[in-house]
Amino acid sequence: MESLTSILEFKKTCVSYTKQTMAVKYVSAAIERNTITAIMGPSGCGKSTLLRAVNLMHNLYPNIRVDGEILLNGENILSMEPIDVRRRVGMVFQRPAPFPTMSIYDNVLSGFALNGMKLSKSEKDITVERCLRSVALWDEVKDVLNKKGTFLSGGQQQRLCIARALAMKPDVLLMDEPTSALDPIATKHIEELLLELQKEVTILIVTHNMGQAKRISSKSMFMYLGELVEYGDTGTMFSNPTDERTKAYLTGKMG
Amino acid sequence: MNDRLYRIILFVAALVVPIVCGGVVYALVTDAHEAFEHFGFLKFLTSSEWSYTEGNEQYGALPFITGTLMTTLMALLFCIPFSLPVALFVGEYFRETKIASVLSTVTDLLAGIPSIIYGLWGFYTLRPIIMELNISPQGSGILTASLVLAIMIVPYAASLSAEFIKMVPNDLKEGAYSLGATRAEVVRKVIFPVAGSGIFSSYVLAIGRALGETMTVTMLIGNTNNIPDSITSTGNSMASIIANQFGEADGLRLSSLIAIGLILFLITALINMIGKIMIKRARIV
Amino acid sequence: MNKLKVKHRLAKDKLMLWSICLLAAMTAVPLLAILGEVLLRGYDQLSWSFFTESTPTAYKAMKAIAAGEPIPGGIANGIVGTMIMLGMAVVVAVPLGILCGAFLAENSKSRFAQFVSYLTDLLQGTPSVIIGIITYIWVVVPMKGYSAIAGSVALCIMMLPLIIRSTEETLKILPASLKEAGLALGGNKARVMMKVQLPAAFGGIFTGVLLAISRVIGETAPLMFTALGCSLIRFSIDKPISAVPLLIWEFFNDPNLQELIWGASLFLLLFVLTLNLLSKYLAKKWNH
Repeated sequence: MESLTSILEFKKTCVSYTKQTMAVKYVSAAIERNTITAIMGPSGCGKSTLLRAVNLMHNLYPNIRVDGEILLNGENILSMEPIDVRRRVGMVFQRPAPFPTMSIYDNVLSGFALNGMKLSKSEKDITVERCLRSVALWDEVKDVLNKKGTFLSGGQQQRLCIARALAMKPDVLLMDEPTSALDPIATKHIEELLLELQKEVTILIVTHNMGQAKRISSKSMFMYLGELVEYGDTGTMFSNPTDERTKAYLTGKMG
Repeated sequence: MNDRLYRIILFVAALVVPIVCGGVVYALVTDAHEAFEHFGFLKFLTSSEWSYTEGNEQYGALPFITGTLMTTLMALLFCIPFSLPVALFVGEYFRETKIASVLSTVTDLLAGIPSIIYGLWGFYTLRPIIMELNISPQGSGILTASLVLAIMIVPYAASLSAEFIKMVPNDLKEGAYSLGATRAEVVRKVIFPVAGSGIFSSYVLAIGRALGETMTVTMLIGNTNNIPDSITSTGNSMASIIANQFGEADGLRLSSLIAIGLILFLITALINMIGKIMIKRARIV
Repeated sequence: MNKLKVKHRLAKDKLMLWSICLLAAMTAVPLLAILGEVLLRGYDQLSWSFFTESTPTAYKAMKAIAAGEPIPGGIANGIVGTMIMLGMAVVVAVPLGILCGAFLAENSKSRFAQFVSYLTDLLQGTPSVIIGIITYIWVVVPMKGYSAIAGSVALCIMMLPLIIRSTEETLKILPASLKEAGLALGGNKARVMMKVQLPAAFGGIFTGVLLAISRVIGETAPLMFTALGCSLIRFSIDKPISAVPLLIWEFFNDPNLQELIWGASLFLLLFVLTLNLLSKYLAKKWNH
């Protein structure tokens, strides 16, 4: 029955940078469809490492090993072609980094261009408008679509990067501290946006900001020293954590 | 030593550079003056005659300007298919690995080989091959010189381009990978556009090197004073005509050779200046 | 359909990787070919007398060839000439270049320093054959003859920008705290430069000098119009003198002496490449 609601499932997932040390240790968890799941923990706990395993970012670095299984709609992605996986799993990074040589318009379509997919002009226009609308950027940039993406403010750039990921219609959107480089107002915009977006896409978000996790996520993971300590409803976890370490972290006694 | 004296000493040492450069320009202009006066500046640039029969001396720079441009552009053409892969190898694909530093050492050593030895190798190894392949009967010529010239500028173009390829932010590359791009697609659609102006400027500087290269070209170009009519024909570059005839020249011919030197100096200075300005811009972006 | 496309893209990716490896590896071919040819053909010419005797006359060489003997003599005149000219060039260019580099590093923001810096680039990019012409006009004409002095002036002008740049760059990457600590201890700028900054920058400057030497030692064109060449071992600096690259050029043009080309080239090549590798090695060692 679980496979009906869970879109993504970690099964004893391990990530190691060197032979001796494991950055992520035997994480098992099922992520529900159309939810926002927050991954929390002190810095160095392996939360970003776990997130990056989901779209096989670690394959780019030959020294990093990922073991166990990660199921996407029941298929183990670790044995799939990275370029296939990455099209179905989008990612937004800490620092907004639109492609500096492309216009706003081309940035939204960059996924298609990179994958060598050709769209007609009308398809392009529709996609750009749809994606920019869904990140609430359309009204702000519709008259400057041909300007470079780097000309936007930090918050707008990050929304552009989300739009660029959404354009590929991913099943899952990974977000690695997407607001840590932004000011509070831009952060608020992005959070509101994510609450809207969970209708179309399952979101897995790494955050070091407990308030953010509380505001937007329905489920939360707490990681410590590479282990998944606790995973459950965000409300329950904040009001009544079962593990001592989670409690210590949430009450500010740790990292 | 007090600060004042120290500052004066440093200043005087620094003055040497402007003095030398000023002296270069002054000496070239004064000694080239006779040729320009005799033939007229434009006529000297556009005349293709080079004859030193006494009483009817005719000197024009066009064959040598053509020879220089042809060898340089062809060298650039032959150099790109090798220098670009080297730059990608060192700057992206095998970045910071042992094998990349081995390849860097290889290109460093290539850059260190004196040009007269490149000339020898071209003459004794490459020239017979060109003759064997029936590309040209005498083996020497624009093509042979450009091939060796290309090898000589690979290290310069490659090491500078690699620097710019390395500077492409990792954020951008990961962003592209996260959208499902392959490495080849990241190289073509992210690295090349972003590092493009830097890579371009490194080729401009490589051209600056090739323009004035003397011994290799002198030994391989065939040394005929006509405008080359095909890429396999013989010719002379500005540097090679000077190397060939400077020692035996006097009077009007000497002045004409110095005038060619002045033209070469100006072209090289211009190309280098453009390259340096472009590099500064590319580094800021 | 989609599967096929992915396969196609992955194949393209592999093809790109392999072509890059292949083409990059091919740059080693000319290096090995040149080294191999010079080594194989020059190896048997190297002997004690090759380094102690001077170049034979064309007549002597012809006689030896006719008798089926190896050509007598060697390149000692060239080695001595190279060393004399290089020595004189180094003695002038190194201190001057270091002082000028120090000026650029200390005043990097001043207009004048930027101008000097630009001209240094200009000088570095000037083709060596033009340095030859200039030295001919400046030195050979007034002195009414070719000389070792003229040759060393040409080499000096070519080394100067290289030494200026390496000094400037090494001084600029020294931590600012070093200079500040020296000044805080009451040293004046001159003393801090001499006692703190230059010693700390010694490694970088030294490797810069080695690299500059390896660059100019194989230069031929500028010496053709300045030092001219000479078949005797000479120590006087106001007369024409030989140099190893000049000898190679001479052998190349004289059919009777062609056998000597490869020994002389081997010597020059090994010398230059050793200097090159040594400076790279030292730079690495002193950086860590």
